[in-house]
Formats: sequence, structure tokens, C-alpha cells
Amino acid sequence: MTRKPFILQNPSVLIVLAVLAVFTLAVTLLSQAYGTGALPTSTVKVLGKTLCLALAAVAMDLVWGYLGILSLGQMAFFALGGYMIGQWLMYARTEVIVAEALAQNPIPPTPQELRDGVTNQIFGVVGSADLPLVWSFAHSLSLQLMLVLAVPGLLALVFGWLAFRSRVNGVYLSILTQAMTLALALWLFQNDSGFRGNNGLSGLQNIPGLDDVSQARLSVWFLWASAGTLGLFYVLAAWLVSGKFGSVIRAIRDDETRVRFLGYPVEGFKLVVFTLAAMITAVAGALYYPQAGIINPAEMMPIASIYLAVWVAIGGRGRLYGAVIGAVVVSLLSSWFTGGRAPSVHLPGYVVNWVDWWQVALGLSFVLVTLFAPKGIAGIFDRIGGLARPRRHGRDLGPDQGALQEREAKA
Amino acid sequence: MTRFRLLAACVMALFLPMAALANPALDAVISDNLGQIEKPSRRSVQPLVEQIAATGPEGLALLRAWSDRRLGLTAEGRAVIVDGSSVLDAVTGQPVFGVEPRMLRPNSGVRGVIDSAMVAGALNDPDARRRSAALDALARGGTPEQLAALRAALDDPDPVLVARKARLERLLTIQLDKDTQARVAAIRDMAGDVSLDFRAALNPLLAMQRVVSAGQPQGNVARELEVGSDALPRDAALALLVDAGVLQPRLTSAEQRGALAANLRNGQVGGIPVEQLSDPAARDRAYDALEAAGAVPPAATEAEAEAALAAHRFFDLYAEPSPEVTDAARAAQIRAQLRLGAMTGIDLGLDALSLASIYFLAAIGLAVTFGVMRVINMAHGEFIMMGAYTGYTVQTLIADRTLSLVVALPLAFAVTFAAGVVLYRLVIRHLAHRPLETLLATFGVSIALQQLAKNIFGTQARPLTAPAWLEGSVTVNDVISISSIRVAIFVLALLFLGLFLFIMKRTRLGLEVRAVTQNPGMAASMGINPDRIAMMTFGLGSGIAGIAGVAIGLFAQVTSELGQGYIVQSFMTVVVGGVGNIWGTLAGATLIGGLSKVIESLNPGNTLAAQTFMILFIIIFIQFRPRGIIPQRGRAAEA
Repeated sequence: MTRKPFILQNPSVLIVLAVLAVFTLAVTLLSQAYGTGALPTSTVKVLGKTLCLALAAVAMDLVWGYLGILSLGQMAFFALGGYMIGQWLMYARTEVIVAEALAQNPIPPTPQELRDGVTNQIFGVVGSADLPLVWSFAHSLSLQLMLVLAVPGLLALVFGWLAFRSRVNGVYLSILTQAMTLALALWLFQNDSGFRGNNGLSGLQNIPGLDDVSQARLSVWFLWASAGTLGLFYVLAAWLVSGKFGSVIRAIRDDETRVRFLGYPVEGFKLVVFTLAAMITAVAGALYYPQAGIINPAEMMPIASIYLAVWVAIGGRGRLYGAVIGAVVVSLLSSWFTGGRAPSVHLPGYVVNWVDWWQVALGLSFVLVTLFAPKGIAGIFDRIGGLARPRRHGRDLGPDQGALQEREAKA
Repeated sequence: MTRFRLLAACVMALFLPMAALANPALDAVISDNLGQIEKPSRRSVQPLVEQIAATGPEGLALLRAWSDRRLGLTAEGRAVIVDGSSVLDAVTGQPVFGVEPRMLRPNSGVRGVIDSAMVAGALNDPDARRRSAALDALARGGTPEQLAALRAALDDPDPVLVARKARLERLLTIQLDKDTQARVAAIRDMAGDVSLDFRAALNPLLAMQRVVSAGQPQGNVARELEVGSDALPRDAALALLVDAGVLQPRLTSAEQRGALAANLRNGQVGGIPVEQLSDPAARDRAYDALEAAGAVPPAATEAEAEAALAAHRFFDLYAEPSPEVTDAARAAQIRAQLRLGAMTGIDLGLDALSLASIYFLAAIGLAVTFGVMRVINMAHGEFIMMGAYTGYTVQTLIADRTLSLVVALPLAFAVTFAAGVVLYRLVIRHLAHRPLETLLATFGVSIALQQLAKNIFGTQARPLTAPAWLEGSVTVNDVISISSIRVAIFVLALLFLGLFLFIMKRTRLGLEVRAVTQNPGMAASMGINPDRIAMMTFGLGSGIAGIAGVAIGLFAQVTSELGQGYIVQSFMTVVVGGVGNIWGTLAGATLIGGLSKVIESLNPGNTLAAQTFMILFIIIFIQFRPRGIIPQRGRAAEA
């Protein structure tokens, strides 16, 4: 039997890519730099950042929706990616500024003076005079770009190896990932951790070497980069979960023990997916923070990762496009409601101010989605596609949870 | 005998009416001894001073003025006290006008006698409060004469003051006595004492001064320092040599750059083009050229610095000249530090115990629900917060703090019990056997509740004040103390441990809970309704969270984020301890509480690092005991 080509097997990939292309084109044509100017630069940046969040959600869906690990530390990798690229952005930009300042002196600066000047400029705020060891590669873009992948990947590899090896799973693993991101955030909050404590890295929106390019243009460029990366990794993720590899990881999600008994190296599969997802998340972070302009350890607090899980759950787990939809819809809605632009609802006797009540609504809608629509928004597409879950009524046929039931066995 | 008379005179003086022309005794003493007052001699002035002191407060005031060189004699031979522009009669205390008093200038020997007499007067004062005040004044610092006076006045009717006097005598002996043996003996007597005043008395004895010398230095050497060691880095040694004047200051790179910039001529410095000066070696060459031309002051070269370092030795010298005293003081300080360390350890243990009881209270509900239903309730922290806000609300309604606390505790239990049951009925029951989704759904509840609390109570912190009998602390000594609230929380945790054990081991409900925990299917077959049991345990766990909230609110500020601060630690407690067993929770809470306090004490002032290390420790701990300290056994553990 011949296998259908990957794309024909997954028509949703083409649809997602097409929507992404149309979206990017539309934003470009409406932007201030390349089009009518209907969209202000800040909105373009918000849209670009949203695409990065969608990419992080795709990675989260790989880990949670397909592999069944509810990782509550995914944003740690996101922020780490941001920190890695931020180091170069900040160092290179400060170097340019310091070199200009030192050129005012009659005597040209020595390399040591230049380095000391940069160190002072970056670390004066936390009262340190030495360049920390972790900044050794900050002068080189290519090395830092490698670190964007290497550092989160290594962290995920070590953490995953330790956790999967000792068969920590389920709720325990979720709590452990949460502890990991909390530990990392608390460590970065210290002034002597080498990452400027709670000041974080700032001024990241200025790209060294591109000083004469306006922010309006840069924002569109970053939107293109984000859309391109999202498309690329979406195809990669879809390809990964469509083949035999995908079947194995879904089997691990559904019953890990049985897969192990069938002879598959479960830990290896888990480790590969977990590490890959961490690296994808890190790339998303590395694209996100130059658009946000600032990164600090608060971005790593467990709550951020939980929100990522919320987006994926609302969008629909186990559907890559669900993750994208969830991230885009919920994060845009969140910023609209909490930004104070949503009109208040006037009830008799009380005015519902959305800035105050959005979190309540989000929390409750999240409970409702979990209870009544476990497939999330993607469930709608399933229904359109005729993919309905069998109606499970009647008694269990087998002795265990999830066994087929009388009527669905007939159906 | 003299002393008794003196005392009697003092008593008399107290009862004498303060008439305008009072104190004839003082008047008489002054007129009889005018010559002595005018030209006192150190040797013979003692009886006179005692006589004056015995005349009462005016006499003491006169002595104080005399000692401060504010006493004068008028032409008629009246003693007057000059205080800035005002002139007062020493006997009557009345202002005197139009006189030109001749100021008396007693020498320092005489002033010492006067001072000690005044201290002796105060130390022998019939009023115990005055004696106590005199001791306080002496404890702040004394003179050898005052020490002598104190030694003469060691007897006291009040046993507390006798002890204080004896102790103060030892302390002053350490600081002031001329006799080395007496000081050493005093230090030995007090060795092992950990109080602040003894340690403060030792510190000046062990004060050190860093000196540089070519050979063995004069004085009491504490130690010789190695150049380049931690105690004396090379730069510090060079700075000492520069201070001692044996070495020219080294040239810093900023000074070098400044000197080069000042000598910039036609784009060249010392014959070297300015473009090349980004190279440190070129800068050195340029500076050498300038130095040779005499344009800049010479700076010490590396070789000179090395030679100076080799020719000199570096020492720490004690300011105290006697080696016996410093040896004894050092030994006493080490003993004090050892005992201090032990006591700090005990204090740390108490702190850890109180932290552990907080974690225990916060985690016990979580552990029970996880044991029975295998779900983690992310809204647990918000139940803690709810309990704290219940306490706050009750306190706004009932003014009496004790009564409001008595009402708040059961009410908080009731409120959070109800909230837990509602959450169970509405959400958790429908997500049975889907633990990850339960985790997320309860997280949704958590953010909704948090924001709701913000909307109702505002974002600012609300006080939950403890009743007066819970304020203050139980203090053992300078080091060991624990606040009463923490003791109360410890008692509360013990109470709940007992209550919980009772419910679990002695009641029908406990039996059924244990049955459902071990095997829900079998329990259901035996006629137990697992749904009802799960609901009850969920309510119970939430109720205890509410009580923990009131307890935490008593020492922390009540905010909508109150629960969040404890939730991760509670999770850790459950994970480390093992689920479904109260002893596991207890062990987990003790481990986490103790560990975080120990790490904090190893790394003081850096609680962030402490928390990081603790979480790392737990991640590693899970590697070795993935099911916690007390793992669940049997078939339930496999589920």
C-alpha cells in the first residue's frame, strides 16, 4: 500500500501556511513602512510577538498534546532564548555607544579600556565591575545564536534525562517542571547571577548595525521573520507527528507502560521531543524579545508557563493548528481586555470594568472549556471535518478506564 | 561607720524641705573648707568630697559643677555654679546677679576623686532606681576611679543589683584595670558568656592595626601576614608600602592616559604617533619617553615594587600591649563564638520548626486530596488566601482581637470547607481520572479567585492583627528567641496533626477515606460511596487550608497573592514527603522547613539563592526517592 504524500495526508498544514501568508501580506500592506499605514508600528509589533507566542504554543502542544507531559516550565526555555540573543544585542549596542564616547578622548582607547567601559555600562546598575563568565561569548552574534539553541536544549536534556530516568510522570512531573522554572527565575533575580538581576536586559529593540533602519521597518522585518519561523517549525512539527514517530509518542501519551512493554525506548522518545520542543520555544523567545525590547526574570515565573498551557488547552490539544489558534486568540484578547480599550459593561447597579474582570472571565472560561469542550476551539474544525467522537454511553466492555463501550463497539 | 552616716545623711537630705535658703550643712562645709575648695590636693581632698556628697542633692550638683570646672567663688566666699550665662548659688540654687566669680580649675587627679565620689554616691543611693541608673551609666563606660568606687559599693540590699554590680565590676576590670593579672582573671571568669556587653568588652582588646616593617616590629604581634594571601592581597600590601612612604605610588592606567593626553604634541606623544596608543605597550613606551624627558613624574616600576615587597614584612599588631591579656581575650572570644554558634543553631532549629509547621498546615490539605483523588488542587493557595481574608473580615466586625480570632478560626474552616465542596461538585467530580486537566481547571479557578479577591478587597495589603497576648516573643537570651505567634502556629500544627490522626484512625470517615485511598474500586464494592468520601476529604483539606490562612495572615500581610507564596512550597512538601500519608507530609514539611532555614543561614541576606538551591535539592532528591520520603505502598501506588 502506498502512503499518501505528507501534505495530502495533512491538508491542514497547507491551510495554516496559506492563512499565515495572507496574514503576513495583509499586515505588510497595512503597515506604516510598506503600506497604507493603517496599522501603527506598536500593533505590528504586537502581531509579530503573537506569532512568536504561537510558535511557543506549537512546541507546548508537541510536549503536552502529543507526548502527554504537562510541562509547566516551557516559558523558561522561551526566556532563556531571549536572554541568549539579548546578551549579544545589549553587548554589541553598548560597545558601539562606549566606542563613540571614548573616541572623544585625545588618546585612542585600548581594547581593555573598551571592554571595561562596556562592562561598566551594562553592569554598573547591579554594582559589578567584572564581566561575568556567562558573557564570554556576548561579543559574537554567531556564538550567541548557537547558544540560543544550545543552552535551553542542554537544560531540557539534563532535566528531562533526570526526570524521565527516574520515571517521574503525571502531576509530579508538572510540579517538577514548575519548580525548575521557579528556581531559574529566582536565580536570575539575584544581582550577582550575571544577568543584571531584576533589571533584566533592556534596549533590545535597537539592532546593532541597523541604526538607520526605522522601528517601523524593523517591526515588519521581525513580523516576516516570526511568520517564516512559525511556518517552518509548524511544518516540521506536523511532519514529526504524522509518521510512525508521531504514532509512538501519541501511544506514550495514552499508555506509557504498554509502549515500554512493546519494546520502545520510551525515555529516548520523550527526551527527543522534550528537547526539541525546548529548542523551538527558545527560537520563539529569541524572536520575541527583540520585538518586546526588554526581558527580565519575571517572564520566567511559573504563571507565564501556565498561561501557555491555558492557550493550548483553549485552542485544542493534540491539534497543532489548535495551539496556534489558542495562542493568537487568547493572547490578543487578553491584551485587548487588560489594555483598557474594551468597553465596560453596564449592569444595573454595577459597572463591569474589563481590566478588573477579565482575569475572572478567563479563569472561568478556562474551567468551562476543560469541562465541556476538552478539544477546545479546534473541536469546531473537527466537527466541520466530520470527525466526531463516538458517543460513549452504556457499560464498559473492558475492565479498565478508556475501554470501548458497548455502543461504540457496535458503531 | 562613715558609710552609714553618709547613707543617713542622704536619707535626711531627701526628706529636707527644699526651702529657698536650704541645706545649711552644705553651707557649713563650704565655709569651713574654703581653702581646700580653692586649692584642692589630690591626696587630701577625699574626706571633703565625701562630706559634700553627704549633704544631699545640692552637694552632688556642686560636685558635678566642680568636676566640670563650672564652679566659681565670689569675692564674699560664696560658691556659685556657672552654667552658660546664668550664675546660681551652689547652696540655695537661687540665681545670683552682678558677681564676677573666680572659676576654680581642679586638676585631673582631683576631678577623678570627685567623679568616683559622685558614682559612689549614686551607687549607694537609697533609691534602687537611682542605683540601677548609675549602673546603666557605668555600663556605657567608666574610669578607673569609678571602678574603684564600684568595688567599694558591691554590697546591695537588692540581690538583682548585687549580681549586676558584680558583673559590671568584672567587665570594667577587663577594660580598665592596670593590673594585667586581674584583667586576665576577669576575662577567665567571664569566658563562655555570650552576652553582647562581654563581647563588646573583648572587641577593643583584640582590635588590630596593620603595620609594615623591615624587621620584627615593636608591640604585641597578632600574626604575620603573607603577601598574596586572602588576608593581604598584593595590591593591599603595595598600598601599605605607599602609605609607609617606602614606595612611589604605582601608575594607574587612567593616570597614564591623562598624563599622555596632557603631553600630546603635534599628534605625537613622546615621539609615538597617537594612533598607535590604543596598544598598551605603545603607551608604556610613550610614558617612558616622557619620564626620560622629565615631563611626567616618575612612577614605581614593577621591579621596585617587587623589591619593596621582598624587603618588608607585614604584621597585624594588637593595640593592647600585653600578650597575656590578648591571649586570654582571644581564648574567651573563641569560646564565646562556639557557644554563640551552638545557640544560633538552636535558634535556627526553632525557626525551622515554625516554618515547618506553617508548611505542614499549608500542605496537609493538598496531600490528603492528592492521596484520595490523585488530583493536585492549584486553587489550594487561594483557599489559604480565602481563610486569611475571612479572618480579616471577622476582625473588622468584631473589635475584640481574641474573640475575633476565636470566631475566625472555625468560620474560616467553614467558608473554605464550603468552597472546597462546591469546587468538587462543580468541577473536579466531572474530571475524574484526568489529573492534568484537573490541574489546569483548578488553575482557572485559582486565577479567577485571585482576581475576585483583588476586586473585592483591593490590591493593598490588609492587616490581620494578632491579639495582645500573641504579640512579643519568648526570649531565652540575647540569641535565642521566637515570636509568640510562631509558637502558637506550632501548637496549632500539632493540634491538627492530632485531630487528623484521630479522624483517620478512630472514625468511620477516616476508615472509609483510607479504604478509598488504597483501592477505590474495592471500597465501592464494600458499600462505601467514593464520591461522597472524595467530597468530604476535599472539603476537609480545603478547610484546613482556610485555618492555615488565618494563621499565616497573623504574621504576614493579607493580599490576594498570599496563597501563591506558599503553594509551590506546599507542592514540594507533598512531593518530597510522599502522598496519602500524614507522616510523609510531616517529614516533608520538616525537611523543607529545615533545609530552607539552613541554606538561608549559610548564605545570609540572599533568600533568592536559598530558594534556588532548595528547589534544586528537591529536583535531585526526587531522583533518588521518586515517590517521596514515605512512599505509598500497595496496589494504589501503581495507579
